Amino acid sequence: MIKKPLLEIRSLTTHFLTEDGVVRAVEDVSFDISPGEILSLVGESGCGKSVTGLSILKLIPSPPGQIINGDILFEGKNLLTLEEKEMERVRGNEISMIFQEPMTSLNPVFTIGNQIMEAIELHQKIDKKEARQRAIEILDRVRIPSPEARIDSYPHQLSGGMRQRAMIAMALSCRPKLLIADEPTTALDVTIQAQVLRLLKEIQREMGMAVILITHDLGVVAEIADRVAVMYAGRIVESGPIESIFGQMRHPYTRGLLESIPQLGEKKGRLNAIPGQVPNPTDLPAGCKFHPRCYLRIDECQRGEPPLFQVQGNHYSRCLRWKECC
Amino acid sequence: MTENNYLLQVEHLRKYFYREKLFSSDRKPIRAVDDISFSIRRGETLGLVGESGCGKTTAGKSILRLVEPTSGRVFFKGINILDLNREGLRKLRPRMQFIFQDPYESLNPRMRVGEIVGEGLEIHRVARGKEKDERVAEILGKVGLHPRDAMRYPHEFSGGQRQRIGIARAISLHPELIVADEPVSALDVSIQAQILNLLMDLRDQLGLTYLFISHDLRIVKHISDRIAVMYLGKMVEVAHGEDLFRRPLHPYTQILLQAIPRLDPSGRSQEVPAREEFRPVSGEEGCLFQPRCPHSKERCQTEEPFLLDHGEEHFVACHFVA
Repeated sequence: MIKKPLLEIRSLTTHFLTEDGVVRAVEDVSFDISPGEILSLVGESGCGKSVTGLSILKLIPSPPGQIINGDILFEGKNLLTLEEKEMERVRGNEISMIFQEPMTSLNPVFTIGNQIMEAIELHQKIDKKEARQRAIEILDRVRIPSPEARIDSYPHQLSGGMRQRAMIAMALSCRPKLLIADEPTTALDVTIQAQVLRLLKEIQREMGMAVILITHDLGVVAEIADRVAVMYAGRIVESGPIESIFGQMRHPYTRGLLESIPQLGEKKGRLNAIPGQVPNPTDLPAGCKFHPRCYLRIDECQRGEPPLFQVQGNHYSRCLRWKECC
Repeated sequence: MTENNYLLQVEHLRKYFYREKLFSSDRKPIRAVDDISFSIRRGETLGLVGESGCGKTTAGKSILRLVEPTSGRVFFKGINILDLNREGLRKLRPRMQFIFQDPYESLNPRMRVGEIVGEGLEIHRVARGKEKDERVAEILGKVGLHPRDAMRYPHEFSGGQRQRIGIARAISLHPELIVADEPVSALDVSIQAQILNLLMDLRDQLGLTYLFISHDLRIVKHISDRIAVMYLGKMVEVAHGEDLFRRPLHPYTQILLQAIPRLDPSGRSQEVPAREEFRPVSGEEGCLFQPRCPHSKERCQTEEPFLLDHGEEHFVACHFVA
């Protein structure tokens, strides 16, 4: 990759100060993403993937949340040092975000047209009529049938899949360079999920947009991502190009995640489940955060946090015994 | 009708909901479950799949009379449970149990785990006092919890552990049939596998029969012997699991199977032939899937297809089975 990255995240650390103690939601996370690339942040609930996404847009509720450390460089400028006013020009315009549950992100008392036009009028200097025309175009682009009529629909008049399309339309209305999609298809049925994923991929290609796709579903990752970063307990434990990761997993957690999913071809038997539970975020184990659940653990795993080892190219693993894994 | 190898036989089960409005009642019902029939053999697991709103949960609840069905017959060991009075049903309850999807909402937060799991033992006068406590400890052990967890409250547990509590409650009275409604959907992937393993182990150890309801085809395929596919309250296809995945005959099943994300990036699916989603209108004539069907013909608009046997216990409701 010679392309200059669109977004560079360096040592991002986001904590929440709660009554029960400090929740280290994101700890020293670094990655970058180039224009036109789909990067997937994958992990289970509480691993810090959503907090990472929210941190990029500085949408962490504060208090209790706080970005403790790190740099978020978007086209070279550090978002963390921007004034709130300047940040508002970035949000929804250059970077937008879509969420899992379209019904809670859409305002029920405004038509979807109003909501799409609001974003356009806010960021671009065009009049209402033109904004409406743009909104119709974008609804058409996300394959909403008869967009001239649908633009005046209220969210409750649309099905779940259509609502998620409307959300995508709103996020794309200002042609962002980066889209952060947080579990965009999790609330949808499997046939609708397939359609929405395909749509996202098509639009991403057409617009040359970069996408950070946050998901818990390795199937979704395999379907559309170019690169993957697997998160566990606030850290990236393995990252790399999709073929490399799915071809040769080099972290026991990534492997455990994949083996927890029933295969379609094989005969049934017990699944190779990861034992134990995700650790309490206020009371993380010493050393490698995964070691209490790991089948490869040795005494050394408890002593210190393992660094990221280079497996090959830009495939990295945070496991002392990555060579023996898989 | 009542062959002994069938633990459960469901015939023409219907559950309609009527919308009540303030000054008028709309008598056109929502047909949540519309004339479904199937049987489950002793020791068998039948997977019931379909997308949200297809009626799979209502079907599961109707079978145990957790909601009252509109019509039909449900034979459990030859007895039509829809004919039973309260007392008769109460006596049969221990044999048929339900596992709920949401381990957060289905456990009483004010009761200790020991009380939740032991409640059935007491109500059905199986055990009380010290004997009950011993039984509870034994059951907790079976589902992978510690006997001292009996003294704790549900909120002290993670989602996966709570689902273990729900399973402990379900097996406490030695049931024969368990209806499990999306038992792992609310859980993280690594925990899903643990709970699926537990359900399969218990099936083998206790000889349980499952009706396993889920929207996740991978999970259903893994745990089930046979699979039934529902669409808008109807059963559109029933077959042995391997057979269904090797030769799905109903166009809806074909679309469902194609839509499962593959776990291999080199085999990314290219085409998703399903038409745009469509708001169901119940009570129309013809095949309910016809508006979304890529192979729809004129006959499909006028004539409803019935579930017919296509050999090897493979049933399909489609006029044009390939």
